[in-house]
Amino acid sequence: MGILEVKGVNKRFGGLQALGDVNLSVQENKVHAIIGPNGAGKSTLLNCLVGKLIPDTGSVMFKGQSVLGRKPYEINQMGISRVFQTPEIFGDLSVLENVMIPCFARRDGAFRMHAIESVQSEHEIMDMAMTMLEDVNMAEKRDMHAASLSRGDKRRLEMAMCLVQEPSLLLLDEPTAGMARADTNNTIDLLREIKEKRDITMCIIEHDMHVVFSLADRITVLAQGTPLVEDAPENIKGNPKVREAYLGESA
Amino acid sequence: MDAIILQILNGLDKGSAYALIALGLTLIFGTLGVVNFAHGALFMIGAFCAVTLSRILSISRTYVDETQKDFLGRPLEVKVPYAHDIFGPEMGAAIIDWAVPLSILFAIPVMIAVGVIMERGLIKHFYKRPHADQILVTFGLAIVLQEIIKYYYGANPIPTPAPAAFKGSFDFGAVIGFDANTIIYPYWRLVYFAFAAVIIGAVFAFLQFTTFGMVVRAGMADRETVGLLGINIDKRFTMMFGLAAAVAGLAGVMYAPINSPNYHMGMDFLVLSFVVVVVGGMGSLPGAVLAGFLLGILESFASMKEVINILPGINQIIIYLVAIIILLTRPRGLMGRKGVMEE
Amino acid sequence: MLGLGKKDTTLVLLVACLTMLAPFLLNPFPEGSAMAQFNAGYPDLMQRFVIFGIFAIGFNILFGLTGYLSFGHAAFLGIGSYAAVWMFKLLSMNVIPAILLAVVMSGLFALLIGFISLRRSGIYFSILTLAFAQMMFALAYSVLTPITGGETGLQLAPDDPRVLDTATSASGNIPVPGLFGMEMRDTAKLELGSWVFTFNVGYYFSAIVMLISFYLAIRIFRSPFGMMLRAVKSNQQRVNYTGLNARPYTLAAFVISGMYAGLAGGLMASMDPLAGAERMFWTASGEVVLMTILGGAGTLIGPVLGAGMIKYMENIISKINSDILHSWFAFLPDGLEDFMVAIVYPFIGKGWHLTLGIIFMLVVIFLPGGLVEGGQRIARLFRRKKQAKGDDASKAKQPAE
Repeated sequence: MGILEVKGVNKRFGGLQALGDVNLSVQENKVHAIIGPNGAGKSTLLNCLVGKLIPDTGSVMFKGQSVLGRKPYEINQMGISRVFQTPEIFGDLSVLENVMIPCFARRDGAFRMHAIESVQSEHEIMDMAMTMLEDVNMAEKRDMHAASLSRGDKRRLEMAMCLVQEPSLLLLDEPTAGMARADTNNTIDLLREIKEKRDITMCIIEHDMHVVFSLADRITVLAQGTPLVEDAPENIKGNPKVREAYLGESA
Repeated sequence: MDAIILQILNGLDKGSAYALIALGLTLIFGTLGVVNFAHGALFMIGAFCAVTLSRILSISRTYVDETQKDFLGRPLEVKVPYAHDIFGPEMGAAIIDWAVPLSILFAIPVMIAVGVIMERGLIKHFYKRPHADQILVTFGLAIVLQEIIKYYYGANPIPTPAPAAFKGSFDFGAVIGFDANTIIYPYWRLVYFAFAAVIIGAVFAFLQFTTFGMVVRAGMADRETVGLLGINIDKRFTMMFGLAAAVAGLAGVMYAPINSPNYHMGMDFLVLSFVVVVVGGMGSLPGAVLAGFLLGILESFASMKEVINILPGINQIIIYLVAIIILLTRPRGLMGRKGVMEE
Repeated sequence: MLGLGKKDTTLVLLVACLTMLAPFLLNPFPEGSAMAQFNAGYPDLMQRFVIFGIFAIGFNILFGLTGYLSFGHAAFLGIGSYAAVWMFKLLSMNVIPAILLAVVMSGLFALLIGFISLRRSGIYFSILTLAFAQMMFALAYSVLTPITGGETGLQLAPDDPRVLDTATSASGNIPVPGLFGMEMRDTAKLELGSWVFTFNVGYYFSAIVMLISFYLAIRIFRSPFGMMLRAVKSNQQRVNYTGLNARPYTLAAFVISGMYAGLAGGLMASMDPLAGAERMFWTASGEVVLMTILGGAGTLIGPVLGAGMIKYMENIISKINSDILHSWFAFLPDGLEDFMVAIVYPFIGKGWHLTLGIIFMLVVIFLPGGLVEGGQRIARLFRRKKQAKGDDASKAKQPAE
């Protein structure tokens, strides 16, 4: 039984079958990658996992509870954090504040009216955030405006914001999309470092093979909305079906 | 039955004005992505174009007519408009009488110029700024424009009559088989409705059948892609702004006889027109027109005595009430497209 | 001090000094001198400074922190005024219950309107709030006349019940609002040579209320709640995916700022016990937006500065007439004098709104951060000059935010 169980998920947009009978099981403390050519339904699947879309049929269970029909913030409170294609951070806030906010969310839940206490007096939260920033080597940038960070640092910050919540599952939506090779390699290093340091379950949606094969423990190949194969990386490489889906050549 | 027809007719002229202003607002919003709070001021400037032209036409010379005496027996001072001298007395009088319709010709170049100057001089710099900034700067501009008008024309409404030929009312009831005088409708309001219909038709035809219109529509659907095609969309958008200004201006010109122009009429109409745009669906041209007429008619129904007796004050708030309900139940408005202003 | 950082404490103390010494500071010119027209130290105007200051501070909690632009905030001001006047009519002329009811009522209305309006964001939110405010204005003006006094406004009358108070004073007049025996309109005059300084109970009462409001606003700004609101403004998507429910945060901000507006409205009615529907008109809502932007939205001191600036200029500029202009430009040759007067004339007296509109546009175009940002820019300029003169070694220091 995996931490995330997707069973028989279907999603249509008008006449287009975006997802057809998707089954998926993400095992705890493993990095599970979902790959597939453009238009294979990767983003649709991800949006179903985080509550942005509701599938027509099927179920998505996280730690034995259904996530369907829940709002994004509720799903996050259940223990799923998400990293976006382009880093989504609080550009107007300082780096430290960016990391403090998820700490508050973790401690106080979805809403708490703490309007009179001072942020400065929240030592516990500050320490938590600073430790995280040190972990990702951004401690000296704590007072910088998040919007003024480099792209790589923004990615690093977003990752820190997710990790500080100690999520049971970290979803990554094409974390290297649009990045130069050097940045991609840095991101891979960062993710590998995270994986080695903590026991964390990750689910990566990606079409860059290089990223996937350097990180994943298990890979699901999606094509035209349905899973083609699910296997360990070394078995995926030689699989003729995958070659066909990706390259369009007959095996 | 006759009461219902009367209310529908009554709603048409206000609805026409709403529709025309909302059409321009939507054009600007759809193409440029700018929320223009100064659009009501354009409507007001249009109305004052009519005031200005009728004043220009009435500029007179004074001479002393020895053949006529005033009541003290002195020679009478007579004022003769220059228009009489230039076009002859009869033609001159007719021209003065028809000042409002003639203002259309005067207003088109003026309004286009105002619109283009506004876009190039101010709005252009706000495309990439947040919507709040756009609202604020155009709100400031609206204040400035209305205060300028107030400075030159004073704070009081200026009666600007329709041509004599359109004075009086049309007995609509008699034509369609009701008793005489049950449904009477001022001629000028009929003219206004017809005029609005023509303008709306012209704008749609322009967008539908010309290359220019095609590019603009494409730009409304997806601005970035059109920009990537190498089409100079900015220039066309400037012209679109001019066009929207002209539409609002013409709506104002012809509205002058219905409601004597005053400096704050733009603001009064603006708030309602925004509501109209939102009800119609931000970015939808047919929605703007439809909602304009619907709300105009609804407002006129709500003003019926029978309705007010049951729900006092409903006529004052009906439009806002409808807007709130629509926004909450159909967030995209009647005909709004997905993804417009939704972030 | 008082749970504030060093910088904020300084700021509060500074504002406290300024407001307490306002009767002196605002009357720098001797009575009867040519410059006396620039004096602003009379009670009526000073009251308006602080009351609109409260209004703008509250508006800034919503707009400055969350970025939600409400175009209907004057409605809450109006509700506050009506509630306060009703309290004077029914209960007593003491301002405390009146102000309490004003805050509670506007808070309740804000809760309702906010609950509905905050379902949408961006321009839709602005239009929803505008629609609500216009609707309330229209109702107050017409159907609700029994409650609001309609066109004439709500006034006190000799036959009001005033359960805890006398309906009429000993002299047979309607009593005036007061605070445990001190009447709001009580004033003391201090004459020092040719200077005259006026001290008014109403002003000092409002000023203290403003200082408390200001202090609370700072606490909110510096609290985790305030940080969440800034996060909502910065990136709502990320807020949702961080496990935070943005709706109650924004609603709380909306209600708090509505209560501030109600407080301002209640104070207004306490200074002069009448309330009219025009206080709720949407141009009045525009005015508070303007004050906040002019001072600097999202900054602490900005709204207070903006409110003071606008009310001061409104008062002074609308008093200037063409005679005064002529006397200013008298040193110029005749032709030039007339020319200058002709140029400046449209902007003064009744032309005040024109000046206001122009200032507003200039601020939004060139100084979106308002006066506070302007001040910071100038300060930075000076600092840079100083640094250039001084040693270059200090360059390594981190730049200010």
